[in-house]
Amino acid sequence: MATTPVTPKPAPKKKVNRINLEPAAYRGSKTTLCAGCGHNAITERIIDSFYELGIDPTQVIKLSGIGCSSKAPAYFLNSAHGFNAVHGRMPSVGTGAVVANRKMIALGVSGDGDTGAIGIGQFVHLMRRNLPIVYIIEDNGCYGLTKGQFSPTADLGSTLKTGVINDLPPIDTCALAIELGASFVARSFSGDSKQLKSILKAAISHRGTAMIDVISPCVTFNDHVGSTRSYSYVKEHGESLSDVSFVPYFEDITIDYDPGTTKQVTLHDGSTLVLSKLTEDYHPTDKMSALRLLHESMSRGEYATGLIYVEPDKQDFIDVLGIVDEPLSMLDQSRTRPGEAVLDEIMESFR
Amino acid sequence: MSVIDVAVQDSVPQPRSKRVVNDFSIQVATVNGSGSQTANTVLLRSIFRMGVPVSGKNMFPSNIAGLPTWYTIRASAKGYVSRKKDIDFLIAMNAETAKEDVLTLPPGAAAVYDAPLKLDELRSDIVFYAVPFDKIVGEITRDAKLRRLVKNMIYDGVMARLLSIDMAQMEQALRKQLGKKEKAIVLNLGALKAGYEYAEANLEKQDPFVVEPMDKTTGMILIEGNAAAAIGCMMAGVTFVGWYPITPSSSLPESLIDYLKKYRVDADGKATYAVIQAEDEIAALGMVLGASWVGARAMTSTAGPGVSLMAEFTGLGYYAEVPAVIFDVQRVGPSTGLPTRTAQPDILSAAVLSHGDTKHPLLLPASVEECYTMAMDAFDLAERLQTPVFVMSDLDLGMNNWMAHPFTYPTKPHDRGKRLDAETLKRLGTFGRYRDVDGDGIPYRTVPGDGMPAYFTRGSGHNEEAQYSERPDDYANNLDRLARKFDTARTLVPKPEIEIVDGGGIGLIAYGTTHWAVVESRDQLKDEQGVDTSYLRLRAFPFTPELSEFIDRCDRVYVIEQNRDAQMLSLIKMECTPAQFAKLRSILYYAGLPVDGESMTADVLAQERGA
Repeated sequence: MATTPVTPKPAPKKKVNRINLEPAAYRGSKTTLCAGCGHNAITERIIDSFYELGIDPTQVIKLSGIGCSSKAPAYFLNSAHGFNAVHGRMPSVGTGAVVANRKMIALGVSGDGDTGAIGIGQFVHLMRRNLPIVYIIEDNGCYGLTKGQFSPTADLGSTLKTGVINDLPPIDTCALAIELGASFVARSFSGDSKQLKSILKAAISHRGTAMIDVISPCVTFNDHVGSTRSYSYVKEHGESLSDVSFVPYFEDITIDYDPGTTKQVTLHDGSTLVLSKLTEDYHPTDKMSALRLLHESMSRGEYATGLIYVEPDKQDFIDVLGIVDEPLSMLDQSRTRPGEAVLDEIMESFR
Repeated sequence: MSVIDVAVQDSVPQPRSKRVVNDFSIQVATVNGSGSQTANTVLLRSIFRMGVPVSGKNMFPSNIAGLPTWYTIRASAKGYVSRKKDIDFLIAMNAETAKEDVLTLPPGAAAVYDAPLKLDELRSDIVFYAVPFDKIVGEITRDAKLRRLVKNMIYDGVMARLLSIDMAQMEQALRKQLGKKEKAIVLNLGALKAGYEYAEANLEKQDPFVVEPMDKTTGMILIEGNAAAAIGCMMAGVTFVGWYPITPSSSLPESLIDYLKKYRVDADGKATYAVIQAEDEIAALGMVLGASWVGARAMTSTAGPGVSLMAEFTGLGYYAEVPAVIFDVQRVGPSTGLPTRTAQPDILSAAVLSHGDTKHPLLLPASVEECYTMAMDAFDLAERLQTPVFVMSDLDLGMNNWMAHPFTYPTKPHDRGKRLDAETLKRLGTFGRYRDVDGDGIPYRTVPGDGMPAYFTRGSGHNEEAQYSERPDDYANNLDRLARKFDTARTLVPKPEIEIVDGGGIGLIAYGTTHWAVVESRDQLKDEQGVDTSYLRLRAFPFTPELSEFIDRCDRVYVIEQNRDAQMLSLIKMECTPAQFAKLRSILYYAGLPVDGESMTADVLAQERGA
């Protein structure tokens, strides 16, 4: 949009964050999604997270595919560049953008159809590359924008409003992401503000692919009895693995936790995730344990929520590429056009 | 010279009065995977190094090992580099195809063959030279694998003797080909000499073909179009490459990777580029658009099937106005088609790729020089026009060796297009991403991290401020501006090369590698038939006004291209007046082989007789 960069105003009375920006600097256009849509709640948590972390929104890029979820980037961080790509192909656009400007913080918003169906190929390879990006699936188990068809994350036996029963098993995007190499995998619920915000902040602070599947009920097409993505179903069947608290690197840990039931994970930037009231046999840094937990909770018809898997120091794709420290996109001709002697040398090789 | 003729059973000696100097083509028929590429390149290069214009064309199967492959070397004192219709000298190494290869030779041709094939029984109007390759190679090495590989160098030695090719040039060409692999050099040199000595002792020269030194290649290079394009991309300052392997494109990004690794790495070992082998062509172009959107110079390279997959993203690039450079090294379609054969069959689909109203600039390189220069042009145009730009090469150009003068170093700085800066913003007052402030249809753009205002990029309907809009006026205004931008492209793309003879008359229009057959055909038409032709070689789409003027000046115009459906002609017709339309005719080639001048001459004459 035609906005000028937000400049910090030293107005002492107004609420500002640590870089002197007001909450308004983190807002976007007015949402056009349905009232009560889970996606709007996620948008609010994204706004809160960036504000509270004190991240300059002009240093963020927002990416999405196609669908209700993919409209969301227009509704937060107005002064960040956004790219609403084609259906299911946001991962590739994000890959090019992040690699070409490694300084930007990338946030991708997708849906369960955008990721699990048309985009599963690109999703798989994004996870595999461990590209530094926060990848959110706003997961309502259906195609909202085309009026409520099942998506591949819909549970077996779940019903449409019309009574049609889903006869295929769901794709568990969290299990897939862990298996493929994503280094931060979480599942949350749009209705659980506290947990979602802590996970979002941790994901933004993480280096590598942070994949968050957020169960986000569709109030218009998938919130009825018989749906396993309704508000009431998720509230009843959500199974929090732990309380998740996020302490950014610029704050001290002030709360005491019982060491017996608490686990701390230090992220690459020095921030800390404090996981308390841990479920038994829950080891978020153990891949096999995380996968077992996902399978077990799914077989009980429950959603395990919280941080499911994290590998804080895994090498990310930018490191693998071995590129220069400054953004490739900002290199000028003196760095990118070799001298005449190089051309002469190459020509000589073809004589 | 002691001569034992073991090959020609015919006791009647062939006439030797007429020597054919530096004007013939050699075809080597082998099995792919047999390592004949080295021997063929050495043969080509040694003739080239004797100052004789050459061209080499590889007709290979879509297979790794075991299927027939043919390599054709043309020597032409006049400098013709298109395919020659007839083969003059066959080297028959493949038992499977040998019979047909011999039967399709014109009378008076010559054939070196592997002795056990007994090809000399097939015809009496061919000069045969039998060479017992296995026997000769058996004396060079006992290693079965090496035998298979060096066997081919023996025919180089035989040909050196029969065609009077300088053995010193052969040796130098071989050393160049093998680099520092000393063991391999010794082995291959042994085979080369053994072939020469066998021919010297056993074969009496009975064919008329001979190579004599000239000075027509002094200072020149031999290079494949894909390598030339890769050099152009590096000089264009490419910083991002997303690609997916596909024949005949792969050697472009692979050459580029080699050059980038060598010449675009900082002292601390860090790369000033990123190359990603994507999961498919869709992702390859998606990555390119993402990289380009943040301001990188980004490209991909593919062939027809990849172009099909890139359709949706190309439409996004067009509508959201994101630069991209896309090389299409064309091959025979439709579908998988003939992946290792050449054609120009993607013109129409590339020009209007993707749904909705879309149009894309196409650059049409005909030579390796143009692969190099148009690579640079493509990056400049893509950023200047903020849109995907296609470079329409083909397999013949991309994967075959062509002579060229060494490329010249670019003097023009990179054109990064209209990027908003503080000064421009002050002048404009406000930023509207899709606002046409200069009247050329090209708006200003900003990129993440440049400190300028952000905007929301989308493939859905949008207004001048890049906001979502379904308003009819916003949509129509935007589409009209994009059309205006395309008209601006007409003033920026490379202009055609034109030669008007006698005020017009018969006009020929061609593009890409078809050009080389046109060059030869025009000479044939004039020298042998007294038919003058004017010629326009298209170098880009959208068309520039020169095309319309050319058609107006000619009485009738043949559009010659290598596809079935007259694709370029269709594009031309879309912009023609009724009077111009009536003048247009079509000559088409689509058998998978590069078009030859002789066929073209016959086809022009046939239509002229009917005219």
